[in-house]
Amino acid sequence: MTDKKKKKLPPDALKYQAFQQQREVKRPLLKNCLKAFLVGGFICLIGQLISTFYIYYFNFTEQTAGNPTTATLIFLTMLLTGFGVYDRIGQFAGAGSAVPVTGFGNAVISAAIEHKTEGFILGVGGNIFKIAGPVIVYGVFSAFIVALIKTIILEWGGF
Amino acid sequence: MIFFWAFVIGGLICVIGQIMFDVFKLSPAHTLTTLVVAGAILDGLGLYEPLIDFAGAGATVPITSFGNSLVHGAMAEAEKHGIIGVITGMFEVTSSGISAAIIFGVIGALIFKAKG
Repeated sequence: MTDKKKKKLPPDALKYQAFQQQREVKRPLLKNCLKAFLVGGFICLIGQLISTFYIYYFNFTEQTAGNPTTATLIFLTMLLTGFGVYDRIGQFAGAGSAVPVTGFGNAVISAAIEHKTEGFILGVGGNIFKIAGPVIVYGVFSAFIVALIKTIILEWGGF
Repeated sequence: MIFFWAFVIGGLICVIGQIMFDVFKLSPAHTLTTLVVAGAILDGLGLYEPLIDFAGAGATVPITSFGNSLVHGAMAEAEKHGIIGVITGMFEVTSSGISAAIIFGVIGALIFKAKG
C-alpha cells in the first residue's frame, strides 16, 4: 500500500494492517515452484508425446503440430474438468496447471459448466469467456501492436 | 532429447507463473494475461520460434505460445496484404485453441453437471 493511501486511514486500521501482515501465512515459495515445475513439465511432456504422434502419422511439422496438440489437450481437459479432477490437480500444482493451455481450457470449460443453470444462451454463451476473456482480449491487442510495429519497420524501415 | 527439453522448458515457464502468483501476488487472470503479452513481444523480437525448435511442446503448450501464434498469423498475412493483413490474419494460426475451447466448453456443459 502506498503512503498516500495510508494517511487517510484511521489509526486502528493501520494497527490492524500491521497485525494482518504479521499473521499472514507465508507461502512456501520453493515447494510451490517445484510442484509447478513438475506438473507443468509433465503436461508439456504429454503435449510433446501427442505432437510427436501427429508429426509421425499425419505429416505435421514441428511448427504446425502445435495446433492439433492444443485441440487434443483441451479435449482431455474437458474430461478432467467434467469429472472434477482438474480442480484437484490445480490445488496441488498452482501455476503448473494454470499456465499450460490446459489451464486456459479449464477456465473456459468450468465457466461453461458452472453457468449451465442460467440457461444455454445467457448462461453458457454469456459466461464462457468470463475468466479466459482477458487472456484473449489482451493477447489480441498486444499481438496487434507488436505486428503493427514490426510491419511498419519491415515495410518502411528499409531493412 | 526433445522430450527432456519439453519437460524442462515447459516446467520453467510454469515456475515463472508460480513466482508471479506467490511473490508479486498477482491473480491467475493477471498472470496469464502478462504471459500472453510476453509471448507476443518475444515473437515480435523473433525469439519465440527458436524456442519452439529447441523445446517443442515445452514452448507450444504454455499459454505464452498463444501470444506467439497471434503475432505469427498477423505477420504471415501482413507479408501478403500489407498493413491490413495485421487485422485479417490475427486468428489464422490460433484458431484451433479458441475454437477447441468453445466447442468442448459447450459439449462439456451439455454432458456434465456442476458440482457443489
